[in-house]
Amino acid sequence: MRIPVKAVAAATALLLSTPAFAGWEPAKPVEIVVAAGAGGASDQMARMMQAAIQKNNLMKQPIVVSLKGGASGAEALMYMKSSEGDPNKVLIAYSLIYMLPLSAKIPFNWRELTPVSVVALDQFVLWDNSAGAKTVKEFVAAAKVASAPFKMGGTGSKREDHVLTVFLEQKTGAKFSYLPYKSGGEAATQLVGNHTEANVNNPSENLEVWRAGQVRPLCVFDKERISYTTKVTDTQSWADIPTCKEEGVDVQYLMLRAMFLPGKVTPEQQAFYVDLFHKVTQTAEYKEYMEKQALKPIFLTGKDMVKFLEEDDALNKSLMTEAGFVAK
Amino acid sequence: MEAFGLLLHGFAVLLTWKTLVLMMVGLVLGIFVGVLPGLGGPNGVAILLPLTFTMDPTSAIVMLSCIYWGALFGGAITSILFNIPGEAWSVATTFDGYPMAQQGRAAEALTAAFTSSFIGSLVAVLLITFLAPMISSFALKFGPPEFFAVYLLTFCSFVGLGREAKHKTVISMSLGLLLAGIGMDTVSGNLRMTFGSAELLRGINFLVAVIGLFGISEILLTMEERLALRGHAASISLRVVLGVWKDLPKYWATLLRSSFIGCWLGITPGGAIAASFMGYNLAKRFSKDPESFGKGRIEGVFAPETAAHASGTAALLPMLALGIPGSGTAAILLGGLMVWGLNPGPLLFVEHKDFVWGLIASMYLGNVVGLVLVLTTVPIFASILRVPFAAVAPMIVVSCAIGAYAIQNAMFDIWLMLGFGIVGYVFKKIGIPLAPFTLALVLGNRAEDAFRLSMIGSGGDLKVFWSNGLVGSISTLAIVLLFWPVIDGVLSRVGWTQRTRATSP
Repeated sequence: MRIPVKAVAAATALLLSTPAFAGWEPAKPVEIVVAAGAGGASDQMARMMQAAIQKNNLMKQPIVVSLKGGASGAEALMYMKSSEGDPNKVLIAYSLIYMLPLSAKIPFNWRELTPVSVVALDQFVLWDNSAGAKTVKEFVAAAKVASAPFKMGGTGSKREDHVLTVFLEQKTGAKFSYLPYKSGGEAATQLVGNHTEANVNNPSENLEVWRAGQVRPLCVFDKERISYTTKVTDTQSWADIPTCKEEGVDVQYLMLRAMFLPGKVTPEQQAFYVDLFHKVTQTAEYKEYMEKQALKPIFLTGKDMVKFLEEDDALNKSLMTEAGFVAK
Repeated sequence: MEAFGLLLHGFAVLLTWKTLVLMMVGLVLGIFVGVLPGLGGPNGVAILLPLTFTMDPTSAIVMLSCIYWGALFGGAITSILFNIPGEAWSVATTFDGYPMAQQGRAAEALTAAFTSSFIGSLVAVLLITFLAPMISSFALKFGPPEFFAVYLLTFCSFVGLGREAKHKTVISMSLGLLLAGIGMDTVSGNLRMTFGSAELLRGINFLVAVIGLFGISEILLTMEERLALRGHAASISLRVVLGVWKDLPKYWATLLRSSFIGCWLGITPGGAIAASFMGYNLAKRFSKDPESFGKGRIEGVFAPETAAHASGTAALLPMLALGIPGSGTAAILLGGLMVWGLNPGPLLFVEHKDFVWGLIASMYLGNVVGLVLVLTTVPIFASILRVPFAAVAPMIVVSCAIGAYAIQNAMFDIWLMLGFGIVGYVFKKIGIPLAPFTLALVLGNRAEDAFRLSMIGSGGDLKVFWSNGLVGSISTLAIVLLFWPVIDGVLSRVGWTQRTRATSP
């Protein structure tokens, strides 16, 4: 299947030339640091990993989830930065590692941490209330003629949701008022309650309200459709949602979900976690989670991961600059 | 009556020896974490969450929610005995609970607190049982303008109904609002007042401030004044408990009003904290003798505790039905639900009937068992007051420090707590009330965000706060309460207030 992935894992194992159980192992409970609030996509993923590791006995020490969502996630970044050399903390990162240093001038650079692996890619979907427009065309037309501000909900300011809204404006010529909420869950309920016209939530954040028939997915911000074809609602699966490009609005964005250790850990410690998270991606829990939350499975580590991060960083930087979100 | 059948089914799910034992274990653990200031419900539940991964979801949630009830009961103990509120909503309980303990009526105050908690929760559970679907659609009506109106109402009721000098309340509240602004501003995405410090990034944690303001400052004052805990070893017996219960009917209006406020604000996501303050202020407003509040009046314990627990219980509803946690503990429970593969949302009630009704049934049972458990242990807790101050004070300081540290695992928070201790001491000396300060610190950020989101949504038009019946009536009520002293003066001149006073209980 994914030969490069296996090759990389094998190469790592060869490099160390010792089986994982004979190498370094954590002697203290391990903390998964979440850079977001309770119930958000990162928290859900961290808890899935916690359960997968415990149920499959992938590690002797217990694993705990610690929520450090203060200051829109900056708390977690500074926490990791200040934990240099501590191999018992692992960050579950997303695009904030590129965006926060740019928009809020947080003294943080992901290159100071130790990359472990990219474990998934997250999609973004344009959603509206099920009583609203049925297609992207109708939606854009409605936004253009609206007399009052046309409200787009999202999580945080000058972040991925906000960037997508700006690009949606540029491509369609419609004008949106962006309302930054504290979490994706809040953005979802506010859309159901008709306090906003639309949002650009991740699939996982709107899944339950979609199943309840309260919101409608209009299009996916990716170059291809989501691959999962199992029915989610009575009539639709993730694969039934058209891409925004198909609908005439060429906006694409994928967000990484990646694991990082603090800076200055030893290669043995890094290798332990590469192996651990590789095993996690093989578990039934992980596979079920990926399908349910419509995430793109991926496993990158070592040089491939660094190359991916550098390219992704450059892309995010150019998007942020174009949207005018980089602090002077 | 469909709800009734489902509830009976829920009890059937629960009534096994295994779940009953888990329930007791949960309650005892909960009371323990509740008694340690700062450790409280959220941390207790967070520590024990991984233990429940191997259990089935219903047993797990029963145990975790019993820790939650236990912590709620336990929080009242430190508020009353040491003036240290464990959870945000225990702050109002200290106003009269602590003076009562100082007068040697600790057992009475504790009994009142536990009993009213029980009544508040019971009313809220009844509401959840029979009105769950209706309530969740009501909660959906709350957009940014509605949220702001609720916060405004809380602030205004404090200024308008508070007993302290108005300018002191406003000074205290403004300082709280100023400190609430520290950290990341969600609306603009910029940092404010952090002065380049990484420690200030996450803002000032409310519990750290409360532990310092109330707990540490109290120790400082006691050291200065007399080096002994006030309050005598209270004579505790069944008689005290029965005595309090016998008086309950006298306070039916207060209990009913507070239950109503609690339920209403509890289903408004995040409104639980506001409820206890509002319950207290309204009880004082409607009392024939408002002057005696704050000096150890039992009604001053009944009112905030009933409201707090009604809202604490009702807060589980938006969590289950909408996925929005109403409190810190509810947020951790939410994380737990997801691990067990139960996604909170509108379909939870349809697809996981066993779980939902098991949980609701556990609210009934957990509260009854909890009440019996805490009442029988009142003598043990009240006897802490008999321990010499020299022995107890260092233990309180240590447990305050552990609590402040545990919230975010940050050494900085311990220094912050000590700093707030000094601030609290100075405030008490110069007569500035602490409650408006803490209220502003908790709700300041949310009120600001709600206001700015309303303004973005309306294009800067203030009329949005009167744009529909719901938000309009809350906003109007807020303005009326703010100017209540003036309105009251005019009314009494016309001779109206006399009549209203005569008809109110």
